[in-house]
Amino acid sequence: MTYFLQQGLNALQLGSIYALIALGYTMVYGILSMINFAHGDFFMVGAFICFVVVTFMGLPFVPAMILSIIGVSLLGVIVERAAYKPLRQAPRVSAIITALGVGIFLENFTLALSPYPKHIPAIIENTSWTFGGLTISSLQVIIILLSLALMTVLHFIVQHTRVGMAMRAISWDKNVVPLMGVPVNNVISITFAIGSGLGGAAGMMYGMAYPIIDPYMGIIVGWKAFIAAVVGGIGNIRGAVIGGYILGATEIMVAAFFPSTYRDFTAFSLLLILLIVRPYGIMGKPRPQKV
Amino acid sequence: MKARLWPIILIAAGFILSFAIPYFGLLDLYVQMILIYICINIILALSLNLINGYMGEFSVGHAGFMSAGAYISAIITVKCLSSASAAWLFPFAVIAGGVGAALLGLIVAIPSFRTRGDYLAIVTLAFNMIIKSVLENIDAVGGARGFLGMDKLTTLPVAFFWTLITIWVIRNFIYSNYGRGVLSIREDEIASDLMSVNTKQVKLLAFVISSFFAGVAGGLFAHLLQFINPRMFDIIKSTDILIMVYLGGIGSIAGSILGATVYTLLLEILRPLEIWRMVIMPLILIFLMLFRPRGIMGLKELTWFVPVLDRINSNRGVKGIRKWFS
Amino acid sequence: MVLLKAENITHYFGGLCAVSEFNLELREHELIGIIGPNGAGKTTVFNIMTGVYKATSGSIMFNGQETVGKSPNSITALGIARTFQNIRLFSDLSVLDNIRIAHYSGTKYTPIEALLHAGRYRAEEKRIRAHSMELLSFFSMEEFADELAKNLPYGMQRRLEIVRALATRPKLLLLDEPAAGMNPKEIDRLMEFIHWVRNEFKLTIIVIEHQMRFVMSICERLVVLDFGTTIAEGNPAEIQNNAKVLEAYLGTPAVNDYGK
Repeated sequence: MTYFLQQGLNALQLGSIYALIALGYTMVYGILSMINFAHGDFFMVGAFICFVVVTFMGLPFVPAMILSIIGVSLLGVIVERAAYKPLRQAPRVSAIITALGVGIFLENFTLALSPYPKHIPAIIENTSWTFGGLTISSLQVIIILLSLALMTVLHFIVQHTRVGMAMRAISWDKNVVPLMGVPVNNVISITFAIGSGLGGAAGMMYGMAYPIIDPYMGIIVGWKAFIAAVVGGIGNIRGAVIGGYILGATEIMVAAFFPSTYRDFTAFSLLLILLIVRPYGIMGKPRPQKV
Repeated sequence: MKARLWPIILIAAGFILSFAIPYFGLLDLYVQMILIYICINIILALSLNLINGYMGEFSVGHAGFMSAGAYISAIITVKCLSSASAAWLFPFAVIAGGVGAALLGLIVAIPSFRTRGDYLAIVTLAFNMIIKSVLENIDAVGGARGFLGMDKLTTLPVAFFWTLITIWVIRNFIYSNYGRGVLSIREDEIASDLMSVNTKQVKLLAFVISSFFAGVAGGLFAHLLQFINPRMFDIIKSTDILIMVYLGGIGSIAGSILGATVYTLLLEILRPLEIWRMVIMPLILIFLMLFRPRGIMGLKELTWFVPVLDRINSNRGVKGIRKWFS
Repeated sequence: MVLLKAENITHYFGGLCAVSEFNLELREHELIGIIGPNGAGKTTVFNIMTGVYKATSGSIMFNGQETVGKSPNSITALGIARTFQNIRLFSDLSVLDNIRIAHYSGTKYTPIEALLHAGRYRAEEKRIRAHSMELLSFFSMEEFADELAKNLPYGMQRRLEIVRALATRPKLLLLDEPAAGMNPKEIDRLMEFIHWVRNEFKLTIIVIEHQMRFVMSICERLVVLDFGTTIAEGNPAEIQNNAKVLEAYLGTPAVNDYGK
């Protein structure tokens, strides 16, 4: 039982990270109907910025966190303006392929800077508490609580601010909202900033939890988070969070009870079955067919 | 009549060259290998184009089918045949690989009856990851370490021959009423069903044909490298194929051929840049997409690839694509 | 002879009853209209007849065969074709391809023959092409065969939808608001056109239409739906004087206000 709870805690930690990344996918999708395939690499850049500021500038946790978030937000906005915005009228797939290109660029540019893998030094004093056989580390607490805090902030922004209202309006109807005087370009930029920032935060936390980083780490984590977003119902913010935690839990539990080589196989098969049962994701609703 | 003659002359010349180049050593081995790679990539791009371009779905797991073909054909030539007979029976091993991949295509086609767009994309993505994971867990084929022992059976003429077969068969399919069914699904699936198109049958056919040729490409790939491991067929390989298709232009045979050729050549030309190659390459891709969002061919088809019976119909095909693409 | 017999068709969307206890007996060569206010369930009836929706309960016998539960394409192959309220052509394909696709169920070569362009492929393709061109020229559209469907003017697109439906060789044709967006003059021509098509192709036709003048003058029989239930059935004169219909649909007694 303790073992199970311990794994549950690990699942919460990993799930929080997946959820944060999945939020970035889902927000961009909700507003542009575009899958930002470079998002996994934004996540990697977050971890990389954390590595740079911690190793070379010796910054403590909070400033490193803020710099990671701001850095990746900026990156997201720049990429959107430079690479995606010109393609908004083009076929949707063109933007997706461009996103793939941006991803490959970010990976290899980071790789070209210096050899890998790198090790992020610990910046948080690693204390742990034990409750009846259940061990909780300070890092775990920070990751889980911080993620929940970020999600709460996001929820507030989307539900209770003007920008959030504009975001929801655009995801509801892309054609009418601009006619209502909503500055669509600014809203899209803000969406990218927030979504990418969450990815950057996830990258940093991931880098602290699993301190070996390399430029390709964003690919698989990113694709997995994308799956989480779809399982939750892509475009749906609550769905992305739920999907992230489901994916985290599945991966950890499978690895806990089966040989670890079966982890991906079992996790993906489960997700596939889930999608076959609910083809539009957990929180997604099928759009009614109009004939 | 001229239009009919030119392709035949080109094909004949291609065949002669594909035999002459290795026989007389006209080009060094490295260049020959690049040519073979181009052939394999053309097969991959064309087969994916059937699903992503003509049918308008977004499959991101093409390398999964490729791996099935690679492993099946490699197991046949290494474990079931002697070295001498493998050389003669290689085409059958490649076909067996294609059939194995096609069976997997059949399985992936079933979810496509119900889901479309992003959700189907996820199904193909998960399929790709699952098959890679399965291969890593089968010790009999080397697990994650990989599988080797194949002879180098993929020569230039062999690769050229299979490329021609692929072009011919996929062209034939597109210019038949089944192929038009594929196009109509892209345009409007409900209307297509109501116009008597058996959409399930059409989707099955498209997936089976597409995955068959991906398997063929896998077989050729395995017997070119003489070594395969599951990591060669992961998502990164799948995205490579995607890039070739969209770089060349969807819904166009000429586009896929161009896309595969340009992409493969660019990667080789940029090789002296070493580590910066893969920094420059995506930048080129991004600029190309910004300036030609519909790919090099921009959805047009070269008349050569249109059967004579269909040619009067000059406007056929594929200007502008909606739904997934708008 | 009865061509189509719908019995007790009921359809629910979630908890909402879109069609309830719909009955219809259609004889061959009839031309009937389904009218009713917006949201009355008219298009839903078409969708059930063509298999887009599977009726929650009830049965439809068409030409001696049960169609409820069959897929749209097999129902079309049995001989029910339709057009759509909003044009749904294959807009990025040529006019000719639009027609050829509608020959799908009548294509007599196998996928293998298609892949190899062998066997019956050549002859069949020629036949389908010839038949398509013949249909197009019948409606004087042959010169547009190579044009992309989306480049045709609106009226022509509407006509092409009817031609495409005819290419499936239907016995029963369902027209969903064929007069939408037309001016009175075009509607006059459309009425002649529908009569002509019915006689030339020996069709039975059901029309959904809001234009009173159109349905009153063209249809032999009318079915009036309101909130999914049939509130009246009869010839145009009877419907015009039916109190229920006046109340539910026409609203005011000004029945003679044809110009609507």
